[in-house]
Amino acid sequence: MLTTEEQREIAEEVGRYPNTMAAIPEALKIAQRARGWVSDETLREVAEVLGMLPAELDAIATFYNLIFRRPVGKHVIFVCDSVSCWIMGYEDLLRHLQVKLGITMGETTRDGLFTLLPIACLGACDIAPAMMIDETLYGHLTAEKIDSILAALIHETD
Amino acid sequence: MEAPLTRNIRPNEMPPDLKAYEKSGGYQALRKALGTMTPMEVQKEVVDSQLRGRGGAGFLTGLKWSFVPMGTESRRPKYLIVNADEMEPGTFKDRLLIEGDPHQLIEGLILSAYAIQAEIAYIFLRWAYKTAGRRLQTAIEEAQAANYLGRNILGSGYCLDVSLHTSAGRYMCGEETGLLNALEGRRAVPRAKPPYPQVCGLWGKPTVVNNVETLCNVPHIVERGATWFQRLGAGKDSGTKLFGASGRVKRPGLWELPMGTPIRDILEEYAGGMQNGYRFRGLIPGGASTDFLLETHLDTKMDFEAVTAVGSRLGTGTMIILDNRTCPVGMVANLLTFFARESCGWCTPCRDNLPWAAQTLAAIETGRGTDEDLEILAFQCRMMAPGRTFCALAPGAAEPLQSALKYFREDFQRHIDQRRCPWRQP
Repeated sequence: MLTTEEQREIAEEVGRYPNTMAAIPEALKIAQRARGWVSDETLREVAEVLGMLPAELDAIATFYNLIFRRPVGKHVIFVCDSVSCWIMGYEDLLRHLQVKLGITMGETTRDGLFTLLPIACLGACDIAPAMMIDETLYGHLTAEKIDSILAALIHETD
Repeated sequence: MEAPLTRNIRPNEMPPDLKAYEKSGGYQALRKALGTMTPMEVQKEVVDSQLRGRGGAGFLTGLKWSFVPMGTESRRPKYLIVNADEMEPGTFKDRLLIEGDPHQLIEGLILSAYAIQAEIAYIFLRWAYKTAGRRLQTAIEEAQAANYLGRNILGSGYCLDVSLHTSAGRYMCGEETGLLNALEGRRAVPRAKPPYPQVCGLWGKPTVVNNVETLCNVPHIVERGATWFQRLGAGKDSGTKLFGASGRVKRPGLWELPMGTPIRDILEEYAGGMQNGYRFRGLIPGGASTDFLLETHLDTKMDFEAVTAVGSRLGTGTMIILDNRTCPVGMVANLLTFFARESCGWCTPCRDNLPWAAQTLAAIETGRGTDEDLEILAFQCRMMAPGRTFCALAPGAAEPLQSALKYFREDFQRHIDQRRCPWRQP
C-alpha cells in the first residue's frame, strides 16, 4: 500500500504541472523509492491516486530505463557499457563482477543484495571505466577496486 | 587566453555559492539586461554574437529564439527548457558546467527566458547526475531568495518560475521533441516538425529548448557584447567551447578553448598524447553520433564548418580516441548496440535497422561474418540516412558506421577472412 506520505508527495507532483499525465514519471519514482521496483499492485495504486488507467502508467513505466517493473536487489549496480568505458576495458571488469556475484546482466544475487544492470554513458568518460551503485558514481575502476567497493557494501549490511 | 565558461570552476571543489558567484561578477549581466535592455535587444546581442548551439547540432541560438512569437498575440505561458539530459556516449561537458558553476547556468537561463519572454522554465536533468542535481537545487533556492527568480525580478516586472525535472532515463529524452514528450509524462518519442517547438512546443505552447553549455555563454555575451564573443573564436565560429578527450590518451579530460582550436592541439597539448604503448588510429570528434576521422585530419580546426568539411561533425566537441590496440569493428559494434538499445521504436528505419546492424556487426566481430554482411551494413547506412526518420538518432548512428566501413574496410575484411577478431586472443 502507498503510504499517506507517498500519496501526499504524488499529489504535490500533480500540482506542479498543468495536467496529471505529466506527473506520471515522478509518481512512479516516488512509489519505487521505498520498494525498489513497481509491482502490478503498486502500479494500480499509483494509477488510482492519479485517477488514470494502469495501462496509461505502464506505457510510461516500460519506456524509461530507471523505472523497474521487476524486483531488484538492495543495491543496483549500473555498469557503463558505452564506448569510452568499452575502450578502457569495461568488458573485463564486467566478467569479474559477474563471476564474483554469480549472476549475469539483468539478474539479482540469491541473497537479494545486488542487481546488475547495463547503463548508457554515465558522463564519466574522463575517469573510465565507470559504474554507479545506487546513487554513487565510481570511476578509474579495476578488479581490486570493485572488490573493495562490494566488500564495503556487504559489510554495511552485516 | 580567455575562458569565461570555466573561470569559476575548480574541479573537486565546491562550486561558488551565490555570494561568491556575485563577487566574481555574477548576475551583473542579468542586472544589465533587466535594467537597460528590452527582450529584443538581448535577442539581438545573441544573434550578433553568432552563438551556435552546443548540444551537437550547432543551430544558431539567436535564430532559434527569433521564431518565438513575441508581444501580446503570443499564446502563453511560454517555456524555456534547459536540456541537461547529457547522454551522448563520450560526452561529459555539461556535468562539469553544472557541478562547477550552477549559478552561471541559472543566470544564462533567466536571461534567455527574458529574451523570449518565457514565464516558466524547466531544467531537464539526467537522472545519473546526482551531484549536479543537488547543487542546482541549492542554487535555484539561493536565486529565488535573492529575487533573481520568481515575481517581479529585481523590480523589473519580469516574472519567471524555474523547476528542476529529473529524467526517468532514456537517450531519446535529449532529443528536442522527445524531451517535450518526456516532460509531458509521455513516452519520449520524437514529434513531427513542423510545427517547430518555438511555435507549438510544451503543451502546445511556444517553447525553446537550449543545451546547458549554450545557455552558460549567454551571460558573458550580454555583459561583454557580441563583438567580444566573436573574437574569442580561432576559426569561423565565435566563442570558446568545452573540448574533451577520452580513450587511451595520457590525460583524459575537458578544456575550455577557442572555437576552432585544431584537433592536434587538443590531442597532443591538452590530452598529453597517447598513453605509452598505444598509437593513434582515429577518433570520433563529438560524441557517438559523429563520423570517424583519421591522422590525416588532425590539423582540422574544431569548429562546425571545418569538421563538416572533412566529412564529420563537431557534435558535442568531446572526442573519443581509437588506438591501435582497440578493434575498430568492436568499437562500432559497441556504438551500434547502444543506439539499437536506445531507439524508441517510433519509426521503422531506426527500430528495424539498428538491431539488424548491431547483430551484423556482432557477427563480424565474433568471426561469424560474411562478405555479404559488408553490403548489408552499407545498405543499413542508406536506410538510416537523414530524411527517412523523425529524428536524428538513426542518421547519427549511421555516421560512425559509414565512416568505419570507409576507413577500416581492411579490418572488417580481416575479421571475415580469419573468422575471428584479430585483436582478441585466439
